[in-house]
Amino acid sequence: MASKAVYSHRDPELKKRDEFEDILEERRTTSDLRYALKCYTPVLYKGLTPCKTSELKNMVLQSDQLHYVINQVSKETGTGTDEIQVEVEAILEEMAHRLQLSTVRFFAFTLSKIFKTLFSSICVNEEGIQRLQQAIQEHPVVLLPSHRSYMDFLLMSYILYTYDLALPVIAAGMDFMGMKIVGEMLRMSGAFFIRRSFGGDKLYWAVFSEYVKIMLKNGFAPVEFFLEGTRSRTAKSLTPKLGLLNIVMDPFLKGEVFDVSLVPVSISYERTLEEALYARELLGVPKPKESTSGLFKARKILSEDYGSIHVYFGQPVSARNLAEGRVNRSQFNLTPRHIPRKPAEEIQDFVNDSAFRLVRAQEESMVLKPWVLLATLLLQNQSAGNKRGMPLDELTEQAVWLRDLSRQFGAFLHWPEHIPPSKVISSSLSLHRSLVRISEGRVQLTLEKGGRAEPGLRPPAITPENELLNQAVVILSCASYRNQTLHVFIRSSLLASAIHYASVNKKQEIFNTFSFLRNMFSNEFILRPGAEVQDFEDACYLLVKSGTLQINQQEVLVTERGQRTLAFLTNILDPFVQGYQMVCRFLCEEETEGLTEKQFVPAIRKFIIKHLLIGRLKYAEVLSSDLQKNALAALLRLGAVQKLRRSEEEWTLKVNTVMVNSLEDTLGGKLPTQNPLVARL
Amino acid sequence: MASNRSSSRHQTARHRLSVIAGHLQRPADSNAAVLAVECKAQENRPTVKTGDRSEGRTVPRRRQEIMKWNGWGYSDSRFLFNKKGQAEFTGRRYRLSGMIIPNLKDWFEGTFGANLQHKTPAIPILNSSAVQRPTLNEVFVEELKSTGIPFSHEAEDRVFRSHGHCLHEIFALREGKIGRLPDMVIWPNSHNDVVKIVELACKHNVCLIPYGGGTSVSSALECPPEETRSIVSLDTSQMNRILWIDEKNLTAHVESGIVGQDLERLLNESGYCTGHEPDSMEFSSLGGWVATRASGMKKNIYGNIEDLVVHIKMVTPRGVIEKSCQGPRMSMGPDIHHFILGSEGHALKPQVSSIFTSFLDGLKTFYITKFKGFDPNRLCVATLLFEGDRERVLQHEKQVYDIAAKFGGLAAGEDNGQRGYMLTFVIAYLRDLGMDYYVIGESFETSVPWDRVLDICRNVKARIIRECKDRGVQFPPLSTCRVTQTYDAGACVYFYFAFNYRGLSDPVHVYEQVERAAREEILANGGSLSHHHGVGKLRKEWMRETVSNVGVGMLKSVKDYVDPNNIFGNRNLL
Ligand SMILES: Cc1cc2nc3c(=O)[nH]c(=O)nc-3n(C[C@H](O)[C@H](O)[C@H](O)COP(=O)(O)OP(=O)(O)OC[C@H]3O[C@@H](n4cnc5c(N)ncnc54)[C@H](O)[C@@H]3O)c2cc1C
Repeated sequence: MASKAVYSHRDPELKKRDEFEDILEERRTTSDLRYALKCYTPVLYKGLTPCKTSELKNMVLQSDQLHYVINQVSKETGTGTDEIQVEVEAILEEMAHRLQLSTVRFFAFTLSKIFKTLFSSICVNEEGIQRLQQAIQEHPVVLLPSHRSYMDFLLMSYILYTYDLALPVIAAGMDFMGMKIVGEMLRMSGAFFIRRSFGGDKLYWAVFSEYVKIMLKNGFAPVEFFLEGTRSRTAKSLTPKLGLLNIVMDPFLKGEVFDVSLVPVSISYERTLEEALYARELLGVPKPKESTSGLFKARKILSEDYGSIHVYFGQPVSARNLAEGRVNRSQFNLTPRHIPRKPAEEIQDFVNDSAFRLVRAQEESMVLKPWVLLATLLLQNQSAGNKRGMPLDELTEQAVWLRDLSRQFGAFLHWPEHIPPSKVISSSLSLHRSLVRISEGRVQLTLEKGGRAEPGLRPPAITPENELLNQAVVILSCASYRNQTLHVFIRSSLLASAIHYASVNKKQEIFNTFSFLRNMFSNEFILRPGAEVQDFEDACYLLVKSGTLQINQQEVLVTERGQRTLAFLTNILDPFVQGYQMVCRFLCEEETEGLTEKQFVPAIRKFIIKHLLIGRLKYAEVLSSDLQKNALAALLRLGAVQKLRRSEEEWTLKVNTVMVNSLEDTLGGKLPTQNPLVARL
Repeated sequence: MASNRSSSRHQTARHRLSVIAGHLQRPADSNAAVLAVECKAQENRPTVKTGDRSEGRTVPRRRQEIMKWNGWGYSDSRFLFNKKGQAEFTGRRYRLSGMIIPNLKDWFEGTFGANLQHKTPAIPILNSSAVQRPTLNEVFVEELKSTGIPFSHEAEDRVFRSHGHCLHEIFALREGKIGRLPDMVIWPNSHNDVVKIVELACKHNVCLIPYGGGTSVSSALECPPEETRSIVSLDTSQMNRILWIDEKNLTAHVESGIVGQDLERLLNESGYCTGHEPDSMEFSSLGGWVATRASGMKKNIYGNIEDLVVHIKMVTPRGVIEKSCQGPRMSMGPDIHHFILGSEGHALKPQVSSIFTSFLDGLKTFYITKFKGFDPNRLCVATLLFEGDRERVLQHEKQVYDIAAKFGGLAAGEDNGQRGYMLTFVIAYLRDLGMDYYVIGESFETSVPWDRVLDICRNVKARIIRECKDRGVQFPPLSTCRVTQTYDAGACVYFYFAFNYRGLSDPVHVYEQVERAAREEILANGGSLSHHHGVGKLRKEWMRETVSNVGVGMLKSVKDYVDPNNIFGNRNLL
C-alpha cells in the first residue's frame, strides 16, 4: 500500500501522468507589473494558528526542546544559560527567513522578465497544483523538488505565487548568504539558511530542528528542501540526505500532527544553465564561490536560449501511509518528547527507505526531452570509436528506436507527436549547438581544441592533457543529459550486464551477478536498499515485455531481436563498470600508502588521464570526480578500503589489495560472482 | 493601565464571590440542591417482590420484567420521535421523562445526515425458536437441585445473560441474531451458595461466567463460541445486601451483586454515599466494578474502585481467598487484591466486598458550566460537580472559578450543569434511538499523559474520519471526545464515534474496523489500552504488546494456579 502510494505501476508504460500548461504564455501577453501586484490570497492549512514571522522565533526560543538542550549544554560546558541563550538567538538570527510579500512581488516581476528571455516555456502540471492546494489545507506540507540548478527554488516560489499557493519556506545552504544583497532578498522571499556542516553541534541542531518543526507543525507555510542536499552536477539523482527528512517526519512519528504530506517535485531543464560549469567542476576546476557578481556575470547566459522547463508536482505522499506497518510509533511513548534522542535503527531505516522512494518518485516524473536520447546515442557512438560522428539519418533511425524503447520502459518522454522525427531531432540539435554540430551530414560532438573555451578564461596551453580535458568538458556535458535517462534503464542495464557476464543462462546465477552489480553501484544510482528482488523482477518483466528475453523457471534466453536492446543496455552501464575498474586498478597499482582522502581525487585523475592518453581507456567521462568518489564510497562500504584517522581532519586510506583486485576482476567478468570473497560481500 | 486591569480583576472576583455566596445561601434542602440520585431514574420500586430480603432492590431475577431485552435500560424509558417529529423521552422515571427535547431532531439530522423517513426498527419480540437448545450437564443439574439454589434454562433468561452493551451485541439482538448462549442461569443468594456452585462446577467440569449488571462494554460476557462444556451464568443480582456499616472506620460490608443505585440509596439512608459513580451506576454492580477496575466521575474526590475497596472475599476453584484483617494499607508483598481487581470474571469471583464510604455531612452539590469564548461552534464546555462539606465546596469552587477566569471562562449556571449531568445517564438511551434510524455508534476510552492529550484527541478523531471515508461510509461521522477523569500525571479521554450507515452492507463490521484503527491510533499516541472499561475479549489482541510477554506470563501463571481447568472460562484478558 505504502509503496503504491509513492511510485510505480507494475507496467511503467501505463503510468498515468498529467498534462502540462505553460505559465509563461500568459506572461507574454499580459502585464508583468499587474501580475506582480495581483491580489494574492493563498489557501491555508486548516489547523493553522496564524502567527507572524517574528513570533516564530519566540516560539522556538520558548520551546521545551530548546530549553532542555540549553540546560544540557550549560551543564556540560559550565557556560551560563543566559550566555547560551544569547548564542541561540544569534543562531536563529542567522538562520531565520523573513518572508515578505513585497519582496516576493519584486521577484515575481523581475523573474518574469528573466524567465521570458531565458526560456521558451515553463510547463507545470495543473492537476499537481490542484492536488497540492488540497494537501496544503489538510496537513502540513513538505515540498521536495529535485535539485539541478540554482534556479530551482526561485522557480518553485515563482510557480506557487503564480498559482496563488502558499509560499514555502526554504532550507538553503549557507553559501548563498555570502551573496550579500541576494542573500537578504532570498531571505525575504522565504529562504532560511543552514550551515553546511555542524556535525556534533548539539545546540545548532536543536535550534535548527525546532525552527523547522515549529513552522511545519503550525502549518505556517509549506517547508521546502532538497532531498539530494545539493545540486546534482551530473543530472543523476543523488543519494538522499536524511537530516531534514528526519526532522519533518518527527512531528508525525511523535503524534504531534496527524500526518505530513510529502510532495516530490520534478524539475527538468531542457538545457541546464550550469551545464559547462558543472562539467568543469567535475573535472577539478574549482567552482567559483557563489557571489552576487558571479551570478550576474553570467550575463552571457541571458542572451542564450535554454529551451523549456518542465515542473511536475507529484502525488502527495502521506508520511502516515509510508509508516503504516513499518514503524511502531509507540516507541516514542516512554520518554518525554522534548528530549532529543538519536533515532532508533528502525526509524533510520524507515526514513532512509522513504527518502529513496521519494527520490524515485522525483525521477519517475522527470520529463525527458528528445535531446537526452540523442546525447545517449552520440556518446555510445563516440566510445565505439567512431571519431567522425554519426550520419544524421542513422541517428534519426536510432533515435526513433530508442524513443519507442524508452516509452516501453516507462520514460516520461516529451517527444512532439505531430512533427516528423527529423524535425524534432534537428531542432534539438540546434538548441544544443554548443555540444554538437552537423557537418557533411554527420552529427559530431564539438570536441576539437579551443572549440569550447569560455570567454574570460585564459586560453589553455595546448598540451595533450589540456586537449583531453577540453574534450572531457563536452563529453561530461553530454553525459549529464544522457544521465537523465539512467533511472529508466538502470535496472534493466544491470540485468543486461549480468546476462552478458554470466557464463551460463541459469536464472539463479544471473540473479547473483545482478545482485553483485547492484550492490557495487548502489552509491552511483538510486537503488532502494533492500529492493533487490523487486528490481530484478521489474527488470525481467520489462525485458520480457519488450521481447528481449524469454524467461522460464530456471533459464534466461536472449531472443534474436533482443540482441540490439541488450547491447544498448550493456553499453549504458559500461562506462561505469570501466570507471570502477579504473579506480580499483589505481588502488592496487599505484602507491597508495598514506594516501589521504583529499589526495585521492587528484591522484586518480592523473592516473586516468594517463590511461586515456595511451588509449587503454575509452571513456573520458571516467574523469568525473563524482564517479571516482562514488566508487571509493562503494569500496569503503564493502570494506575493501578502510579509512584510518590520521589527524583531526585527515583520513588516510588503507587498501585491502586482494579484495580490491578480486572486485576488479569480477567487474571485468573474469571471476564468477560465486567467488567466496565476493559472495561474502 | 495596570491599576485599571487590577481593578477590573477585582470586580470579577467580587462578582464571582457573590455567585458562590448565592449558591451557598440557599437552604440545603431547597430544590436547587440536587442530589445525584435525582438525575437518575426515580421511583425505583421493584416490580416483583421475591421475598422480604430484596425489598427496595431494583433488579429482579427475571430482568425481562423491567428491562429491555435488546437495548439499554428500563422497558418503559426510551427516546422516540413523535408524530410531530419532536423527540420525546417516555416513562416517568427520569427528570427528562415525558419531556419534549426541542433541538434533538435538527441536531440528529444535521449531524448524521439521518432522516426520520428512513427507519431501521428492531424486531420487537425475542423469537425463542432462534435460541439454541441448552447443553445441560445432567449430573451437575441434579446435584444443583439438591442445594435448592434457584436456576433456569429458559431462553429469555439465557439471552439476557449472553451479552453486554457493545454495539455489535445490541445490533445483533435488534436483528434477532443470537449466538452462543449460557446454557443455564443460576441465582446464588449468598457467599455459601457461591462456594457450593463453584465446587459442583469443578467436580463436573462446567464452565462458569459471573454476571453482575450486564453493562460490560468489552465483550466480557460473550460466551466463547469454541466452548463445548455446558456454560452456566452466575447471576449475582440477588446477592444485594449491605451486611453491616461500621461508622468508626467508615466502611461497609456489601454483597457483590448490589447495583450502584441501590447501594447509593441504601447508604444515603444512613447518611453516607458510595463515592463511586460510573455512568452505568443504575445497573452495574459492585462485583462488576471490582472485576473491571471501574472508575466513576467522582473519582477526584473519592478515588477509583481500587482506592475504595478495603477487603474482598472471593471464591476460586482453588478455594476462598481473603485477607485476615482490614488495615487500610498493607506491605505484604504484591497486593493480592490486584489479582482480583480487573480480573474480568476470570476464574475469580469476588464474593463480598467492603467499601469505603464518605461522610455526607451538609452535602451540597453545584453544577456550573464553563464557557471559553463565545463562538458556539468552538465552545469548550465543562460540567463540574462539586461535592463535600460547605467549606470544601466553597474552596473548590473558588479555585475553579479562578482558573476559568484566567482563560476567559465563565459560569453558565447550575441549570446547564444539571442538564450535562443528567445527560450522562440517558446517553445510552440515545444510542438506541440512533439505531432506529441507521445511526450506530459507541464510545471508548483511554488514559494518557497530559502532554499528549491534545495530540491524541486530534489524531484519533482524524483517524476515525479518515477510516470512515476509506471504508465507504457515505456520511461524515460524528467523531468527538471529552476528558472525563483527571490525574496529576494525565487524563482519561472518551471518544464518541457514530455514523449513519445507510448504503453499507455490513455496518457493524465497518464500525469494528474503525474502532480497531482508532485503538491502534490511541496506542501509537501514548494512550493506554483501557482506563476503565477493561480488556474483555474486545481488546485482547493488544494485551501482549501493552504489558509485555513477561506480563502476560505472570497473569497466565496466576490463572493456571487458581483455575487450572478453566472453570471460569469466559476467556477474557488473556
Ligand atoms: C452506558 C454505560 C456507561 C458506562 N459508564 C462507565 C463508567 O462511567 N465507568 C466505568 O468504569 N465503566 C462504565 N461502563 C462499563 C461498565 O458499566 C463497567 O465495566 C461495570 O463495572 C460493569 O459492571 P457490571 O456489574 O455490569 O458487570 P458485567 O457487565 O455483568 O460483567 C463485567 C465483567 O465482570 C465480571 N463480573 C461481574 N460480576 C462479577 C463478580 N461478582 N465476580 C467476578 N466477576 C464478575 C463478568 O464476568 C464480566 O467479565 C459503562 C457501560 C455502559 C453501557
